[in-house]
Amino acid sequence: MQNPNTDRELILNAIRQNLPQQQVEHPAIPVFARPGRPLKPDFERNLQEAGGAAHDLKSPAEVQAKLEALHPGAKVVCSAVPEISGTRRAESVQDPHELADVDVGVVRAQFGVAESGAVWLTQEDLVVDGLAFLSQHLIVLLDPEQIVPDMHEAYRRVQLNETAYGCFMMGPSATADIEATLVHGAQGVRSLNVFFLPPV
Amino acid sequence: MGSAKQVDPAVAAEQFIIRDKVHEPMHDRFLWAVMQRRDREAAAIPEWEELREIASQIKEHTLTHLDRYLEEFEANATRRGAHVHWAVDAAGHNEAVHSILRDHGVTELIKSKSMLQEECGMTPYLEHRGVKVTESDLGERIQQLDHQPPSHIVFPAIHKTRQDVAQLFARTIGTDPNHDDPHFLTEEMRNNARPRFLAAGAGMTGGNFAIAETGTFVVCTNEGNADIGAAVPPLHIASIGIEKMIPRVEDMGVFLRLLARSAEGAPLTQYSSHFTGPRKGGELHIVLVDNGRSRRLGMLDFWHSLKCIRCGACMNTCPVYRRSGGLAYGATYSGPIGVILDPTFDEFKYSELPFHSSLCGSCSDVCPVKIDISDQILKWRRVMAQKGYLPFAKRVSFAVAGHVFGHPEEYHAVEKIAEPAVAHAPHFLLYNRSLNPWTRDRELPQLARQTFREWYLANRSTHAKPEHRS
Ligand code: SF4
Repeated sequence: MQNPNTDRELILNAIRQNLPQQQVEHPAIPVFARPGRPLKPDFERNLQEAGGAAHDLKSPAEVQAKLEALHPGAKVVCSAVPEISGTRRAESVQDPHELADVDVGVVRAQFGVAESGAVWLTQEDLVVDGLAFLSQHLIVLLDPEQIVPDMHEAYRRVQLNETAYGCFMMGPSATADIEATLVHGAQGVRSLNVFFLPPV
Repeated sequence: MGSAKQVDPAVAAEQFIIRDKVHEPMHDRFLWAVMQRRDREAAAIPEWEELREIASQIKEHTLTHLDRYLEEFEANATRRGAHVHWAVDAAGHNEAVHSILRDHGVTELIKSKSMLQEECGMTPYLEHRGVKVTESDLGERIQQLDHQPPSHIVFPAIHKTRQDVAQLFARTIGTDPNHDDPHFLTEEMRNNARPRFLAAGAGMTGGNFAIAETGTFVVCTNEGNADIGAAVPPLHIASIGIEKMIPRVEDMGVFLRLLARSAEGAPLTQYSSHFTGPRKGGELHIVLVDNGRSRRLGMLDFWHSLKCIRCGACMNTCPVYRRSGGLAYGATYSGPIGVILDPTFDEFKYSELPFHSSLCGSCSDVCPVKIDISDQILKWRRVMAQKGYLPFAKRVSFAVAGHVFGHPEEYHAVEKIAEPAVAHAPHFLLYNRSLNPWTRDRELPQLARQTFREWYLANRSTHAKPEHRS
């Protein structure tokens, strides 16, 4: 028997005493009709709306060139993907504080969501969670075939039982806390670029 | 209950309005723009109304089985390696957090926005015990530096101008007081906050949703500040209200499609983060907090307020809130949601809040989880009248009430059966507006009237006897 005077038991007992008479069923979530158009342009438009940008690239060499063109002054490039070696491997990072000097982080997302332009990234994709937040800029590789239409479909793909951290990221860090003026790079990354490239 | 002085929102609102010709119109305009974005986003989703209905049902289902879902959440979060704590009230929450920090020798804490931690008065509690607490959300930090509570649950410093922020930053972090560009100010704060993230021994977050099926909690932010706090310091503590439970992962699709569209007119917040157990190399503590919620669950007329997902849409659409500013409510929660939540904490202190409304019904109309907000405001007026907490001034405006409800004969019928309190409206807030709130949506007054009529018809037989129990 649980001690009835712990906060846990006090709360659960109070809830049981106060449960509304009415019992409401869990509703079924229907499959909603979706516009039949291709998903990639929607994804790109919504990503742009969120302050990000998407680029079609054909090879790891093009990825490297694009990275350099976007971030010419970058000294520390920390990569979690095999396509880009970077100046530092994410796997070599022991403690997230080591990421404080990273200019550009490079990661691969599992899939994107057309209705928002968000990408799904997990702890395994980031290797170190902090890579997506302490880096000044983020580059996200994405297979253009891996775009789902909406959040209902997105949640059929996420496996929360398999990762301690997962995030839908929609563009870079943003704030509108001063006079409702949109500013990117509030605390997290200043820019987020999605590179369309299937995995090797 | 009732030791504190009553809050008088009308007087405070008046101060906000007569202060100058800048603050109140700006506040009104910004939130109005957010509302218009919300309307556009909602209109673009054909199943929007269906989503609201499903979200409402999921919440009602969860709340009517809340004990089971809390136990399921606890079991799954624990299985995944999180430490789950329970706190009956604010004091229990603050003690739990402090003891975790003490056990880990933590003296510096970086936190993201949490209305629950605000509700618990956590920051002053920890600071008195020698813990340095830094708000990492820009708006919250502005409010912290100005020693003010947040004035809006989504935009904490929306009542301030850029000049206000420039002068505040000049005083507190040494920037140029004449440099008031929001980009510059945001950058200065980024640079000020970053060393604090790196030095902090613990990061604290709230939780927007807690998924029973997996023991996951979800945090939604735009700045990514919650994620830095969770990803960088070795210790993560999350405060979660017991009403945040949802049963299954698939339910999240419904809520995330509604939340940011309702809150700010965007498809999602920039970051929707899912925490299931501690991150690699980290430690995770979850504090589940009641603080009056289980009691609220037993209030026949008011338990639906527990469905709230804190989107702020009811505030943005409220003509009274937009002109008053959030600080006028003198409480943790402001706007229409505050009007129905705050009295559950202290009926006397917040007895005036239910009269700080025009009962236009626009809040109920936009609420993504379909809380009957304006009906509850009316019911709270009846509770206050029953308890003898009569509204302060003779601010009775028959003209406004007639304007709101459209049909004077119906209004008078209502007036006869309900308390005279029903007739109160903060009319000085509703006059001479360039943005006429009643024409925002031509169906709106119609809907408000119906809701009110339904209430009237349903209650006529019981002769307006309050069903409130506590
Ligand atoms: S009451 Fe409804 S509209 Fe208001 S904050 Fe809560 S969920 Fe949003």
